[in-house]
Amino acid sequence: MSANKEIKKTEARSSLAKMFGGSAFQSLLIPTLAVFIGLVIGGLVIAATDAGVAEAFKNFSSDPGAAFKSIWTAIATAYGALFYGSLGSPREIIAGFKALQATGDNDAFLKAIYPLTESLVTATPYIFAGLAVAIGFRCGLFNIGAEGQFFMGALGAAYVGYSLKGLPWFVHLPLAILGGGLAGAIWGAVPGYLKAKFGAHEVVNTIMMNWIAFRLSDWLLTGPMMTAGFRPVTPNIQKTAELPRFFEDPLRFNWGFVLALVVAWLVYWFLFKTTLGFEIRSVGANPDGSKYAGMSVVRNFVLVMVLSGALAGLAGSAQVLGVDHWVGQGFSAGYGFDAIALALLGKSHPLGVVLSAILFGILRSGATRMQSLAGIPIDIISIIQGLVIIFVAAPAIIRWLFRIRISTGDETVLTRGWGK
Amino acid sequence: MPTVLELRDISKSFPGVLANDHVNIDLQEGEIHCLLGENGAGKTTLMNILYGLYKPDSGEINVRGKKAEIHGPNDAIARGIGMVHQHFMLVPVMTVTENVMLGVEEKRNGVFLDRAKVAKRIREISQLYGLEVDPDAYIKDLPVGTQQRVEIIKVLYRQADILILDEPTAVLTPQEVEGLFKVLRSLVEKGKSLIFITHKLKEVMALANRITVLRNGRTVGTVIPGDVNPEKLASMMVGRDVNLVVPKKKANPTESVLEVKDIYVEDERGQMTVRGVSFDVKMGEVLGIAGVQGNGQTQLVYALTGLLPLQSGEIRIVGETLKRGATPRHILERGVAHIPEDRQRHGLILTFPIHDNMMLCTYYQPPFARGIGLQEKVIMDNAETLTKQYDVRTPSIYVPASSLSGGNQQKVIVAREFSRPIKLLIASQPTRGLDVGSIEYIHSRIIEKRDEGVGALVVSSELDEILALSDRIAVMYRGQIVDIVPAAQASKEYIGLLMAGIRPEDALKSAPSVTGEAERVF
Repeated sequence: MSANKEIKKTEARSSLAKMFGGSAFQSLLIPTLAVFIGLVIGGLVIAATDAGVAEAFKNFSSDPGAAFKSIWTAIATAYGALFYGSLGSPREIIAGFKALQATGDNDAFLKAIYPLTESLVTATPYIFAGLAVAIGFRCGLFNIGAEGQFFMGALGAAYVGYSLKGLPWFVHLPLAILGGGLAGAIWGAVPGYLKAKFGAHEVVNTIMMNWIAFRLSDWLLTGPMMTAGFRPVTPNIQKTAELPRFFEDPLRFNWGFVLALVVAWLVYWFLFKTTLGFEIRSVGANPDGSKYAGMSVVRNFVLVMVLSGALAGLAGSAQVLGVDHWVGQGFSAGYGFDAIALALLGKSHPLGVVLSAILFGILRSGATRMQSLAGIPIDIISIIQGLVIIFVAAPAIIRWLFRIRISTGDETVLTRGWGK
Repeated sequence: MPTVLELRDISKSFPGVLANDHVNIDLQEGEIHCLLGENGAGKTTLMNILYGLYKPDSGEINVRGKKAEIHGPNDAIARGIGMVHQHFMLVPVMTVTENVMLGVEEKRNGVFLDRAKVAKRIREISQLYGLEVDPDAYIKDLPVGTQQRVEIIKVLYRQADILILDEPTAVLTPQEVEGLFKVLRSLVEKGKSLIFITHKLKEVMALANRITVLRNGRTVGTVIPGDVNPEKLASMMVGRDVNLVVPKKKANPTESVLEVKDIYVEDERGQMTVRGVSFDVKMGEVLGIAGVQGNGQTQLVYALTGLLPLQSGEIRIVGETLKRGATPRHILERGVAHIPEDRQRHGLILTFPIHDNMMLCTYYQPPFARGIGLQEKVIMDNAETLTKQYDVRTPSIYVPASSLSGGNQQKVIVAREFSRPIKLLIASQPTRGLDVGSIEYIHSRIIEKRDEGVGALVVSSELDEILALSDRIAVMYRGQIVDIVPAAQASKEYIGLLMAGIRPEDALKSAPSVTGEAERVF
């Protein structure tokens, strides 16, 4: 009886472990500690640049207590504003909910959950773009072109969204979403094909494709796709192509987030439960062994670049159809580049990507509030993100800091060197 | 005879493994002391402790009766201990002289390298110990056996009188092994003391003054060759009785399952490494391809399994002529099993769990897949069954293949390849680096398949393995098959000469091709 239980237990643990390609605990431990250390060092940077702290330290010899207190105050104010701006206040949310129940008036409730929903709105394109980079890593490919694919996806979705008229929403919306995915897929297919056919390195080619996307969009937005008038933007998409929102304005939280979660689950299923995903992971882990096993390495390269591009394109779809409803110059705020960081943080696992994307959404959307409330520049978030990535990419530092023994399990190979 | 080196109660543990458990060894002046043990028995750990690369958890080292603290190779060399590594530590683009002086450069006027002085010393050392080598030759131009001599000279140049040789014969032809043994004997005659690490029983019997056997990190015992035979040594190593040569019945060959006609293959760098090879393999027989590594065997196997394209010639597998650009999968689906030479590069996805490696070549077929959906239960059941059936020692089927020992990794490959219906087996270096127990196991499985009617092509640079398994033996040298002889009567000397590049007609002058009166088969 107990032996049976033991087996069940190992099976349960192993399936969790399998999800992360190592021991589940270890896999979560390093990124969590990396985020923590990133926030701590980010806090020190905030304190070091804070005027109040500098003032207090002038009188350090007479009142050292005040000096240290000022550090605490500076960090607490900044991070307080950051998390208030990204998560809201639980007390206000509960109070708002009670008011809603008592009076039927949802004003206070919506106001209270606004910061939280904005974080999820920001997280939505991050999830898609993060999945795009992650699926590339799984096949040993480094897709730096998510930014360009995101851009092309947004333009594709916008085009389908505004040019087709008179369709019912259940036809128009899927078409618009797929339009973005297709545009991104084409943008990913080109470097994939070049790699498969000529061995051209995908890093170089995806960067090139980024520039082509940026300049092509400049031309499209000032020419063929420009709306009537003088602003270099596309027309607004039709109502029938919009991803429905859950609440009234100004809350922009929409079905795009749900779609992102569904796609993340699909990517998980595809990677870990299908023969195609098995091939992709196998090629990523050992191309020679995969060739021996009868897989076509180059075919998988093309397939993965197409899928990766499509996922990044879907990020563009979700952003246009759910949030902006039109595309303008400088439309992307670097989602595609941040996606590389969060795929690394999420260990190229769909669940990890979703969690990291939500974290990045929280940091990004809270940063604006932090700037207005505490006067801390938004760039501090980039510093924190950078620190987190350094610690994730160099887990040895974290292990050393926290005296963690190296697990006997494998490290997921995220990407190979530049030579190959 | 005085004791020059004494290892007392050495223990060393790594996370989860006790690599050395109170090991004791002593080395007397002028003796060859063989350290025998399976892979993972703790031989290399022990020598790395002696060489200062690892710090022991407990125990002490005495050199010439004095307790020695050895913190690194420099300490070891200072005490006259030198190590000849399994993998050579030579710079190919430098000359012998430059390699020997590397790290202990001889200088003129404090600035210029004094090559002449070093070269003179090298000649003296060569003369003294019978280590023939040209000091001005470049390493890259030298055969492997000569490179090894350079390694030994390096150690002697640093005035070591205790030499440790780690698996030195792994890369040598039988003739080169003989040459090495001569050198080693002359070294001990001149008063040097040697520790010779190996897992090959024959070498131990031929060379050792005393033998210490390690098993699972412990000293099993120290014996002298006169008191033991190879079977006894093998059972000491493995801990049970072992068949050194797998018993087999006479082969019963039928129709051809593999026909190779005049094929040419280029390696990855564009060198034509297989040049006009023809042979055939019949169902129910083992054709062994003998040859020193690097004579085109690797590329021959790659061509047969679709990993390298044919430049010209023809391959017929199970009656079907392979088209140009036939893929590995096409060949595999004809009923071909491939045990690759490099098990970590080709045979396994090391980061994948065992259950995935157990279906690596057939993951897309039923019962492992239905449509594109992987059937996890079938995959797990398959892995559970195969690990039991093929005696793969692993904590579970969920651990990554990288966590297994070499022998168990090889068993995973054998299990996978043998568990599907096959007609032709292509096995390249099937037991390289494996211990006696695993070799016995894999050999018996190959013979079992032969007796089931599978045709087997076995490529190995171990002549003993070729002799043990084959029904016919082909010798490959510089991309060509120089001769094919029936194995039952093949003479080891003749094959050894062919492997070394002697032409068959010249080889026949010094050794008959066969020991019986069987005809030559071409």
